Amino acid sequence: MDEITKHFLNNNRRQFIKKMGVGLGGLAVASMIDPLSLAGGHKSVAQNILPAKALHFAPKAKRVIYLFQSGGPSQLELFDYKPLLSKMRGEDLPDSVRQGQRLTGMTAGQDRFPLVGSQFKFDQYGQSRAWVSELMPHTAKIVDDLCFVKSVHTEAINHDPAITFFQTGSQQTGRPSMGSWFSYGLGSLNDNLPTFSVLLSRGTGRPVAQPLYSRLWGNGFLSSLHQGVQFRSGKDPVLYLKNPEGISKTDRRLMLDHISELNMKQEAEFGDPEIGSRVAQYEMAYRMQTSVPETMNVEDEPDYIFDMYGEDSRRPGTYAANCLLARRLAERDVRFIQLYHMGWDQHGDLPGDITNQSKDVDQATAALIQDLKQRGLLDDTLVIWGGEFGRTNYCQGTMTQTNYGRDHHPKCFTMFMAGGGVKPGFTYGETDDFGYNVTRDPVHVHDIQATIMHQMGIDHTKLTYKHQGRRFRLTDVSGHVVQDILT
Amino acid sequence: MKIKFNSKSTISWLPYFAIPFIILLAVKYSTKSYKNEYVAINQSGSNVDSEEIITPAKLPDSVDFIFHIKPILSDRCFLCHGPDEGTREGGLRLDTQEGAFAAIGKNLDKHAIVPGNPENSQLISRINETDSEKIMPPTSSNLTLTEYEKKLLNKWIEQGAQWKEHWAFEPPKPISLPKIHNPDWATNEIDYFISKRLELEGLEPSHEAKKEKLIRKLYFDLTGLPPSIEDLDAFLSDTSSNAYEKVVDRLLESTAYGERMAANWLDLSRYGDTHGYQEDYERTMWPWRDWVISAFNRNIPYDEFVTWQIAGDLLPNSTLEQIVATGFNRNHKITQEGGVIDEEYRVEYVMDRTSTTAKAFLGLTMECARCHDHKYDPISQKEFFGFYSFFNKVNEKGVIEFKEIPEPKIEITQKEIDQTLAFINMPDSISKLGLMVMRDDAADRKTYLLNRGVYDAPNKEEEIIPHTPKSVLPFTDQYPKNRLGLAQWLFKEDNPLTARVAVNRMWQQIFGVGIVSTSDDFGNQGALPSHPELLDWLAITFREEGWDMKKLYKRMVLSSTYRQTSKVSSELLRRDPYNKLLARSSRSKLTSEMIRDNMLAVSDLLVKKIGGPSVKPYQPEGLWEETSSGVEGLLLKYIPDTGENGFRRSLYTFWKRTVPPPAMLIFDSPTRDLCEVKRQKTSTPLQALVMMNDPQLMEASKNLANKVLNNTSMNEADRIKYIFRKITSRFPEEQEINRLQNYLHETRNNSTDDNQDHDIAKKAEAQNTTSKDLRAYTNLISLIFNLDESIIKG
Repeated sequence: MDEITKHFLNNNRRQFIKKMGVGLGGLAVASMIDPLSLAGGHKSVAQNILPAKALHFAPKAKRVIYLFQSGGPSQLELFDYKPLLSKMRGEDLPDSVRQGQRLTGMTAGQDRFPLVGSQFKFDQYGQSRAWVSELMPHTAKIVDDLCFVKSVHTEAINHDPAITFFQTGSQQTGRPSMGSWFSYGLGSLNDNLPTFSVLLSRGTGRPVAQPLYSRLWGNGFLSSLHQGVQFRSGKDPVLYLKNPEGISKTDRRLMLDHISELNMKQEAEFGDPEIGSRVAQYEMAYRMQTSVPETMNVEDEPDYIFDMYGEDSRRPGTYAANCLLARRLAERDVRFIQLYHMGWDQHGDLPGDITNQSKDVDQATAALIQDLKQRGLLDDTLVIWGGEFGRTNYCQGTMTQTNYGRDHHPKCFTMFMAGGGVKPGFTYGETDDFGYNVTRDPVHVHDIQATIMHQMGIDHTKLTYKHQGRRFRLTDVSGHVVQDILT
Repeated sequence: MKIKFNSKSTISWLPYFAIPFIILLAVKYSTKSYKNEYVAINQSGSNVDSEEIITPAKLPDSVDFIFHIKPILSDRCFLCHGPDEGTREGGLRLDTQEGAFAAIGKNLDKHAIVPGNPENSQLISRINETDSEKIMPPTSSNLTLTEYEKKLLNKWIEQGAQWKEHWAFEPPKPISLPKIHNPDWATNEIDYFISKRLELEGLEPSHEAKKEKLIRKLYFDLTGLPPSIEDLDAFLSDTSSNAYEKVVDRLLESTAYGERMAANWLDLSRYGDTHGYQEDYERTMWPWRDWVISAFNRNIPYDEFVTWQIAGDLLPNSTLEQIVATGFNRNHKITQEGGVIDEEYRVEYVMDRTSTTAKAFLGLTMECARCHDHKYDPISQKEFFGFYSFFNKVNEKGVIEFKEIPEPKIEITQKEIDQTLAFINMPDSISKLGLMVMRDDAADRKTYLLNRGVYDAPNKEEEIIPHTPKSVLPFTDQYPKNRLGLAQWLFKEDNPLTARVAVNRMWQQIFGVGIVSTSDDFGNQGALPSHPELLDWLAITFREEGWDMKKLYKRMVLSSTYRQTSKVSSELLRRDPYNKLLARSSRSKLTSEMIRDNMLAVSDLLVKKIGGPSVKPYQPEGLWEETSSGVEGLLLKYIPDTGENGFRRSLYTFWKRTVPPPAMLIFDSPTRDLCEVKRQKTSTPLQALVMMNDPQLMEASKNLANKVLNNTSMNEADRIKYIFRKITSRFPEEQEINRLQNYLHETRNNSTDDNQDHDIAKKAEAQNTTSKDLRAYTNLISLIFNLDESIIKG
């Protein structure tokens, strides 16, 4: 038996049996749907377990948790230790280092580009001796589970195109988000929750953050079945989830039974298979009305878990609370879990802002990874931490003894990953002493995307969607799997 | 009916119809085997969720280049042997006749194609190659040919390898109507073409839909609104022979017609109420939207309608209205992100206009030639920039400021509105409007080809002057070299695309799927027309009749084809699952706008006011706050309008592009980031959630419940009939009434056994009979809104 077949037999048969037992209507609906409706409609349980779906090889990861740090965290304050910048503090960035790199409109007009080093202390941690600054004490403790990539680079120099590039493989809008590609290519592992789930949080680092756009988790030209579904704090965790006042759960079930009967009568008369598909969607919606609140309800979490994720995790809507939810979604086999944490865009007042911002994420990120590990989920969950670009080694705006800012920098920045078949306790790629250019093993945005896909069992050159005559892929026309960081 | 026949010309188009339908699909055929082992998806690069194609049992007797061969060559070969010189391999091109038949190889001793001689044709030997290093398409391309496709290619060469030019780039030729067996069935010309094709397939058209089904579909298709009970009754009781036509005429004259048509035009025009990037500032383009509605209602001929939008400002003695119309080309997104390099985004806006114009009016994927020659269609990168240069004379900024109305713009006063722009519905609170328009006031700006399509890599060796792809129609000296010249070129009689693309999109709107199903791509990679002769007949007729849109829509909805029932037998469903042959009517889902407008209309909540600033009806709380930057004054928080603005038609809903109205997106409205001419058709659980729980739907249900309860002359069954009819346009059957009555009773007595909703139950218990009735009826109405039939027409 080959590796792929084994993988399926192990995972899918078990899940199939488990899922066929789910709730009201699961079986009935699965057998009711006419295969014709599947082309454009709902993928039934039965179809999801077909081994063909989109795997090109046995996956290392079944699911992804992408902790997107929106705004561009400064690698120089967090992970990429550059003592030279402190030594040369106030001196101009040499032209030989800049090499004509284009600048954003915000600093292009500056007459000087004074270098500035991190105000925060760095040290090496763990057996892997990874460099981490004092802003990330919890992360520092788990470096032996992390794989740092210090040589990530991008082409965009401003937020909108740069985030869009990371999420969709193109700087201009219109293409599907990464999570949508996985939903399209791999289908769902869970028939009660959306395949691509999205959680947003606002950082404390900068009250006025750079904004987000819902198209970042949009399906682009893929079917809207694959759009990211936002999970929100508050009474309606998924839009339109809650029954209106006056309609109880019993009412709803009763109503759905009648709707289903009346619809099936129509189907018998008109022969339109879409009707059966619609009935199946109502059943899924009904199941979501239970499964989503159940997932969002953290009351059953013991205190030590909240302690692990930090006090913020008790406050819905924070990054820490979202990390805890991410774990709960991962436990339920949601395929792609996308968090966005806003507020890393620290052009000025960087030391103060990044201190707060780091506090938002440090403990919870580390806790999430440890929590997945202790539950045996880290092996097949790929966790990714990173922003859309890095920050400049020179100061933006006024530089004082205790204060400075940094502009966007596309040429190098740091991301880290954990689990899902990437090397733990490993650092990949190097930057020059100025922290300006990559000197070894550059990793492009498309390479990151290709690698994530690879870990999920997809050859990024083969998962395509033909739209307006052209076969599009997440990695556009480039991208290489970074084999060196894989176990 | 007066229809002319010409049996001679019937013969000329017969071969087209003789090609079995199934083979049309075969061009998209992909291998799928569901053996219990690993099978890579996308083996021949097909979509994971694409339409399943059945392998034809046997090869066609006569292999046709356009229908059988070119789709294969384009899809699997053109990437390396197509129009793009930059990536052409081995000196072989298969996209032109000359190239395909030319000698190849160092000694010019080989030919890819030797007509009549597959054995000596390199193309055949290479596709059948067993050596994985030599096989075509190469393994690295992830593309493959099926055995069926290989046999087709072989047979085509065997039969002499006859070459034809791309059908869409040849001007449509005058066609006479085919002769059919049952002319009695036909109401007008459309039916002759549809019927002929059905005959060749051995199929019969379906009988006419029930009157109530038909009129419901007609109302939605022409006005986007449901018929009222009075409308239904009037039509059902009108037994005159032209009863249906009278309704058609009335609807075409109603103002709701313009609103319905405008809703689609807003997708195509990527209309939004915000600038669309980053902070996403508000903009004022709704006066342009008001113009669109008015233009449809006044039935301005399509050629003028489009010419004004493309070049209204360049017309001799252009009117203010014509200038307002040019707002079309300013609907693209504009950034205000602080760090952006101005020129980078200015170029992006010109790119957007180029792609939008090409897609909307020519059905071309012009943007594919931005960075290199087009991979599939005969459009060079230079021609792309020739087209681009029409739009590159605008003196505009790449990055704008808060509250700035970007240049070029005009100011409109109340006086001007009163005098010449009566279609603008300006609220009293506003004294003048600033509106973006087109103006070529950067006359000195030269256009250069941008290497790799990048803004800072112009090839300054050669200035590009405005021109169009010559394979479509050369841009000769007769046209002025500006947007007006472009408009004249578009509407030139021998432009092969403009009329076809327009009628196809209109057809798509009425029949659900275009005659060319890829209404956004008439190029080599696009679908082939299901009824080529009909498409050409419609295109020519549309042009000859003065581009009269109402007339064309009327012809479509009067046809017997349109009036068929949507009932389908399992046999027909198997034969034609996507209803390409139209042996029945399509049972199609209402659009996002129609679903909400229907709900408001039937509950008597709809406010029928035309135009004006966009409105903010209910949407779930917090959506704008969550993603916004937090800067005050920048559409930070969505504050729903109170009063009538909450109940306007959905085309007036405020469109914040970075966070569009969620329920509309859930029901497949496009995001309006880019030009879109075809909406998706999906069925998702999120749609079910909206229908079950949208507070506005509950409000509508309650309103209607109150109304029926206040009418004491009705008994329970009467009420159910009335409600059911309002929402679905038909009388419920006895069995349905019984079921709904059962539900009404059950829900009335329900909800004491549900712990989770204990409080609600207790509250309900305490309420008196009247409010229990209201609740029960509200739930009943909500149930009926949730029936499949309620969001369906046809």
